[in-house]
Amino acid sequence: MDFSLSKEHEMARKLFRDFAETEVKPLAQETDETEVFPQETVDKMAKAGFLGISVPKEYGGQGCDPLTYVMCVEELAKVCATTAVIVSAHSSLCCDPILFYGTEEQKQKYLVPLAKGEKLGAFGLTEPGAGTDAQGQQTKAVLDGDEWVLNGSKCFITNGKVADVYIIFAVTDVVEDKKGRKKKIISAFIVEKGTPGFSFGTKEKKMGIRGSSTYELIFTDCRIPKDNLLGNLGDGFKMAMHTLDGGRIGIAAQALGIAEGALDRTIAYTKERVQFGRSIAAQQNTQFQLANMATQAQAAQMLVYRAAMAKATQKVYSVEAAMAKLYAAEAAMDITTKAVQLHGGYGYIREYEVERMMRDAKITEIYEGTSEVQRMVISGSLLK
Amino acid sequence: MKIVVCIKQVPDTAGEVKFKPDGSLDRAAMLTIMNHDDKAGLEAALRLKDQYGAEVTVLTMGLPKAEDVLREALAMGADNAILVTDRVLGGADTWATSSTIAAALRNLDYDLIITGRQAIDGDTAQVGPQISEHLGIPVISYAQNLKVEGDSVIVERQFEDRYHVLKAKMPCLVTALSELNEARYMTPGGIFDAFKKEITVWGRADLKDLDDANIGLAGSPTKIAKASDKVRKGAGTKVSDLGAAEAADYIVNTLAEKFVI
Repeated sequence: MDFSLSKEHEMARKLFRDFAETEVKPLAQETDETEVFPQETVDKMAKAGFLGISVPKEYGGQGCDPLTYVMCVEELAKVCATTAVIVSAHSSLCCDPILFYGTEEQKQKYLVPLAKGEKLGAFGLTEPGAGTDAQGQQTKAVLDGDEWVLNGSKCFITNGKVADVYIIFAVTDVVEDKKGRKKKIISAFIVEKGTPGFSFGTKEKKMGIRGSSTYELIFTDCRIPKDNLLGNLGDGFKMAMHTLDGGRIGIAAQALGIAEGALDRTIAYTKERVQFGRSIAAQQNTQFQLANMATQAQAAQMLVYRAAMAKATQKVYSVEAAMAKLYAAEAAMDITTKAVQLHGGYGYIREYEVERMMRDAKITEIYEGTSEVQRMVISGSLLK
Repeated sequence: MKIVVCIKQVPDTAGEVKFKPDGSLDRAAMLTIMNHDDKAGLEAALRLKDQYGAEVTVLTMGLPKAEDVLREALAMGADNAILVTDRVLGGADTWATSSTIAAALRNLDYDLIITGRQAIDGDTAQVGPQISEHLGIPVISYAQNLKVEGDSVIVERQFEDRYHVLKAKMPCLVTALSELNEARYMTPGGIFDAFKKEITVWGRADLKDLDDANIGLAGSPTKIAKASDKVRKGAGTKVSDLGAAEAADYIVNTLAEKFVI
């Protein structure tokens, strides 16, 4: 078993790191402070091909493997978790399902501009009453002639107001199972911004990833062409779960990046900070804490990279993705909390990046499946 | 249009500088990057390619490790890459370097040759103009803007607080300033493609019209008398508890003692 990266992957990492340090890092603090979506950075990422990394070249993408994509999200998250989730939601949750389930026409119309970064993507599954429990979906789609009519709302949608193309899940039927219980049949649709009847609700004010555009989406008699059904009618739930398997690898990479970024800053800080006549890095408590943090970060990286490789080589990778997200998210929370502690009072001050990183880390334990959901997925595979 | 861009792998100033016992840089032991001016030259070539369509070849002379900058150039969008490497070419000064690179360029078809103005390790700005002399073509140095019009280039040449506009018929050579443009990033897909491409490697035997007296350390008229790393300064003297006037006197006296003033 060889854990070394190929020359290609090493060079890709260098590219992502250079870009992150030069273009993203200088704006990270301001993005957090002002809660303004970093459009200029997104335009630069589009130009550099970062918005279509794992989309095949014939659809305008870069044709790289999931590991390359994961390294991009990781390196961006080291300096700015907001920028990382913009890429992750766009790529994993919008490009991937169109690539996987879209018709050739849908790929040409939607995937090509998404992969080139001319358009940005989003994904709408969550509703006020349907988070972990996707059966709680209230949004409905009814076929009326050549059009689907959507009614309902989605909440906490990443890239909410800035996206151009949305993958929206809605109930298309309700059936009774053998025991007489009602079961909602869910389907997926591609909805374009600007469609009459599609509007935005309030912008969420968040604890972290504050530059990310998180909005409520509202559908009121929103009519979309019949052809905008994505995949088979009634396959929506299965497609959402499959898409989230990939999404979780992206969020795991984001969590990994946050953890590594916090560790890097803490190593530098503890070498500089002098207390009792010597640097706090010379104190054994600091050394042991750093050792634990670094070991957790490494373990997280191995799980995340393994999940990425599983996505490249396996048909089903739910457990690998769940383990990577569960571990990396909890590692990120733990490492950033320790990073703040080792920074002492300065760690609580906004001027120091670890303060932001600790707030950013928290969401990785929640979105695209909470840590509890990941445990359900993992244990489900153990006990089936 | 065929464009050849000469690029150099130089030490990354973010890393440590290391020397060999003979005083020349120990390039194998240092972190390296593509020289900034050369990168701007490559970007200029790639923009001409985007605009008019051109075949862009990058050429470097150096250690086998210099392949890294060629791969980077390919990942940015260059079409072909040539590495000139041979033990007998090592230790070359600007004269030996330009003689060697000119010989390599004689193997190629070109309309335009672009080099960086100077490399951050030697800072001589001599190699570009010397290559043009060897090849007998016009040179316009210090380009801060570059356009192609028909079979000519029109270049803004930086000159103190102003610039000159010069026109030269191709084939010609232009030396680029890093201010010429902001170089593009490699693309992720470009990186993977770059590693699938073949890099042409030329040794001494592949270079024609080249006198052995003009290559390598032996063919270099420049001799390095001495080279050293930055000398660490001592801890210095700390003086406190002085009033403003006393402190000023102390500084003046100390500078006078050291013959600074």
